[in-house]
Amino acid sequence: MPEPLLEIKNLKVHFPTDDGLVKAVDGVNLTLYPGQTLGVVGESGSGKSVTWLTVMGLVTKKEAIIEGEILFRGQDLLKLPVDELRNIRGSKMGMVFQDPMSSLHPFFKVGDQIVEAIRAHQRMSKREAMDLAIDMLRRVGIPRPEERARQYPHEFSGGMRQRAMIAMALVLNPDVLIADEPTTALDVTVQAQILDLIDRLEQEFNAAVVIITHDLGVVAEHADDILVMYAGKPVEFGERRDIYYGAHHPYTWGLLQSIARLDEAERERLRPIRGLPPSLIFVPPGCAFHPRCPYAFDRCSKESPELIPENGHHASACFLPLADKERIFKEEVLQRS
Amino acid sequence: MIRYIIRRTLWIFLVLVIVTGLTFVIFYVLPVANPALLIAGRNPTPALVHQIEVNLGLNHPAWYQYLTYMKHLVLGDQYGWPGFGFSYTNLVSVKSQMYSRLSVTLSLTVGAAVLWLLMGIPIGIVSALRRRSWADRAGMLFALFGVSVPIFWLGLLMLYFFWFKLGIACSSGYAPIFNSPGNFGPYGLASWACHLAMPWAALAVGYAAFYARMVRGNLLETMNEDYIRTARAKGLPERRVVFKHGLRGALTPVVTMFGMDVAFLLGGAVITEVTFNLPGIGLLAYQGILNENLPIIQGTVLLAAFFIVFANLLVDIVYAYLDPRVRYT
Repeated sequence: MPEPLLEIKNLKVHFPTDDGLVKAVDGVNLTLYPGQTLGVVGESGSGKSVTWLTVMGLVTKKEAIIEGEILFRGQDLLKLPVDELRNIRGSKMGMVFQDPMSSLHPFFKVGDQIVEAIRAHQRMSKREAMDLAIDMLRRVGIPRPEERARQYPHEFSGGMRQRAMIAMALVLNPDVLIADEPTTALDVTVQAQILDLIDRLEQEFNAAVVIITHDLGVVAEHADDILVMYAGKPVEFGERRDIYYGAHHPYTWGLLQSIARLDEAERERLRPIRGLPPSLIFVPPGCAFHPRCPYAFDRCSKESPELIPENGHHASACFLPLADKERIFKEEVLQRS
Repeated sequence: MIRYIIRRTLWIFLVLVIVTGLTFVIFYVLPVANPALLIAGRNPTPALVHQIEVNLGLNHPAWYQYLTYMKHLVLGDQYGWPGFGFSYTNLVSVKSQMYSRLSVTLSLTVGAAVLWLLMGIPIGIVSALRRRSWADRAGMLFALFGVSVPIFWLGLLMLYFFWFKLGIACSSGYAPIFNSPGNFGPYGLASWACHLAMPWAALAVGYAAFYARMVRGNLLETMNEDYIRTARAKGLPERRVVFKHGLRGALTPVVTMFGMDVAFLLGGAVITEVTFNLPGIGLLAYQGILNENLPIIQGTVLLAAFFIVFANLLVDIVYAYLDPRVRYT
């Protein structure tokens, strides 16, 4: 087993607000290895984005109560001085955001924005940095990169902007690329291109990639492992096959059933998960999902289930007996999804 | 861009023609006393009044007067180009009066503008970055005070304390830097600045307050933009995130505002000039209105309108350079 790149241990991120404590992330454990692609899936408010913004140091102790450890190559990022964390951010870890329209500065040229990222971490002349930026734009598949580098973001299409964002995040060859809903704001035709690009670059740069999404369909072909989060907690973790061909958590079943499929023989309606995600201030007692769970029983409202490995890596946080989970998945979920 | 500027310049002329027309209409429609009567003194004979009317050209119908005025404006009159006519009260060329007073208004406006930028922008930045700190609260208290106090009240209070009671400031009135072109006056720069210090401060407080609020609001909004998060994610030092990425977005609208405010004041900072007895364009206009002195009113209104429309064009052109998304056709 290779050295883990990133280990998150019992991470909690709580935001104090006027209405109470928002428990955005409430106990996340995970390990990321070099070359691994991790899909993090959940609805809005599941804590998937906040977890990774905290890893990047973009959620700070100024605004939130942060507990736990984030070990990057054995070094706890939460204990690092601001300047050292800033050095890791952008050079060892890059992040791509959801909306490429608003994520690039509208007043600066695209090339200059990439040059700025390079020169924040490496002593390099502007010329050299620009050459590197142009080379990177070429590698993410932007045609005529010399010309494009001199243009402003509004002269780029959505897909091209996201490519530029990816170029910016990868230009210093980071160990980890975090992509937060990288395709949500894009046209469907462009979505697949961007995901393929991330796949290809992962091979080229041998980086670990984290794809955060609310859509299990997005990571179906691209992730090695999948972490499903609900109300700030991981509820299921497994290899891609484990999730798509044998998910164990009722919430994951719900997500699987809400993927639209075109090859459906009988045009069945999508089956949405009933109810709404819980308030993160008043999280339901016991299993946070129990009020929306069709299979909930007494114990679910009283005790909080732990994420327990059931099958090698495959783990889920649900009290249903393993046999029942397998039976329900086969009989109900697979039939309908 | 060139086509755009040409088109906008043509518009400026149209606007100025409309402004002169409107000033004329307002002057003649409003029930005012006959300027000739005001000039003729007590118990004038009808013959004298008529003579004055003929001298001033008031015996002609309003439309004829307007056309004569426009003709002089475009082609020039006995005082040269552009022909603004002469003042009814002292029969001196309006143009020469405006020119001599423009330096006063210019001194007042530029000094105050520098002062309010130096006060307003830093207060706004500190307030936004240290939100809810004592510095923010003090800054916003100042801003509330600044936008609330009238200049005439603040100005009189300053004169009372600093000049009358404490005797540490210069009196009201204006002391030119040069008493003739190229020659410093008896007291020169120091006297000029001393006499303008209080007017600068009084005029700047309100604008500084307004700018502080605007910069604070803009910067708070900008710092929540996604591109600021991107700048942080790149690992830029926080200083650079704020001062390059944040301020660039936050200050761009301030540039527009600044151009318009300066232009407005160049047309005459009426209240400040009246309060501190500064013989600028504003005071000239104010006296013109009191005396029913149409050529003075026309001249000052036209000058103010010119500053506004010209600044408008200038600001739009500058904005296109500051915000690359803006393109004119």
